[in-house]
Amino acid sequence: MHEDSVYEGLLGGDSSQWAFGTDFEDPLAGVDTSVPPGVDPAELARYCLALGDDALVMSQRLAEWCSRAPELEDDVALANLALDLLGQARLLLARAAAASPSVVPALPAGSPVPPEDALAFFREAEAFRNVRLAEVPNGDFAHVIVRLLLFSVARYELLARLRVSRDQVLAAVAARGVKEVSYQRDWAGRWFVTLGRGTAESRRRLLAALRELWPFQGELVSSHPLEASLAAAGIGVDPASFAQAVNTVLDEVFAAAGVERPAGGVVWAGGRDGLHTEALSRMLAEMQVVARAHPMGRW
Amino acid sequence: MSADLATAQRVAGQVTDPEMPMLTLADLGVLRDVEIDNGVVTASITPTYLGCPALATMRDDLVHRLGAAGFDRVDVRVVLDPPWTSDWISEAGRKALTQHGLSAPGSVQRPVGIQLGPVRRNLVCPRCGSSRTSLVSEFGATACKAQYRCNECLEPFEHVKEI
Repeated sequence: MHEDSVYEGLLGGDSSQWAFGTDFEDPLAGVDTSVPPGVDPAELARYCLALGDDALVMSQRLAEWCSRAPELEDDVALANLALDLLGQARLLLARAAAASPSVVPALPAGSPVPPEDALAFFREAEAFRNVRLAEVPNGDFAHVIVRLLLFSVARYELLARLRVSRDQVLAAVAARGVKEVSYQRDWAGRWFVTLGRGTAESRRRLLAALRELWPFQGELVSSHPLEASLAAAGIGVDPASFAQAVNTVLDEVFAAAGVERPAGGVVWAGGRDGLHTEALSRMLAEMQVVARAHPMGRW
Repeated sequence: MSADLATAQRVAGQVTDPEMPMLTLADLGVLRDVEIDNGVVTASITPTYLGCPALATMRDDLVHRLGAAGFDRVDVRVVLDPPWTSDWISEAGRKALTQHGLSAPGSVQRPVGIQLGPVRRNLVCPRCGSSRTSLVSEFGATACKAQYRCNECLEPFEHVKEI
């Protein structure tokens, strides 16, 4: 090892493969990834991409908050929540690739990029299947609290039902993830009440964020044909099945915060079909640029 | 039990957590099983949090320590089900946490509904033993810890969360 660079030891003598970090382990090593009988592997893969992309895009938006939260404790909280969701994303994208390798973008021969990274960093925006709520650009602190509340309340109900999936990986991710999401939901809910019952300014900002984000909430509890099909197969969960449960929790939070539930109206959906807002491509450009510049890089 | 298996279990059982080195992976409840078959050691580990970045280090440490003990072929498998819970931290592990200034988790009784009120835990300060403590943040330097402050000795301390 050269004394002038601590990174020399990582390279195995080939500096063309320099990137950052060292770890390339299969996150599903030793986990049974066989596709349950009677399930179309491609459909299972698309479903895992949808749930994985929700977590990945949301995680990236939360990570953009690093160093920008109003207090250090909340900065650390947002980074923690981002990391939890990244953990879900990694396993779900790896599970998608294991179910149907054809979903993974092709990379140059010999590239060491693992399948879940290829899915995260080498797909275009239209190949992402996340709900649009996850991709909306960040606003102020009230904005991230409202987004996180709407997201985590629905995610909790989804994962709670996914624990009995016939797919072992989905069931395991759900069993673990639901406990982590309960902390997210509590944190967002407490801040929602604090801002709603705080100063006139905090309340004004909370209501503005709620007005902006509410049209994206409907997609979280609407049935998409893919989700309905996998729910019927005992693999996935139809979001329409937990719409009422989500309403009950949100109403409890709104009541505690002294906030009225926004009127229904327009639902901005389409994310599950790859129809995204412009914001997603801009976010991905920043998230993906380093990985795309080093397709042979070791991380 | 073969002598090799006993050795492999003993060596794997001594590997410590990268973030909380006062705890062995066995005391943390992350090391679930050690087997040996035709000279291949298979160690099974369960991640604490899905996004825990320490998992790769745990895997490397197991491979290296077992390798140093003469086991050349080591397979580390991830077991996701059942998911890790802080209830799996052993009595010895809880004692080690307290001795090193960390507050050990209570038994897991996460309520089903959303919790909008203040978080309440009956903790004692691991430094002075006072039960007058305040929560600073539910999130800390690692995914598994919350931040507290003792109102008696005024020292901050970390609490390993119930999950």
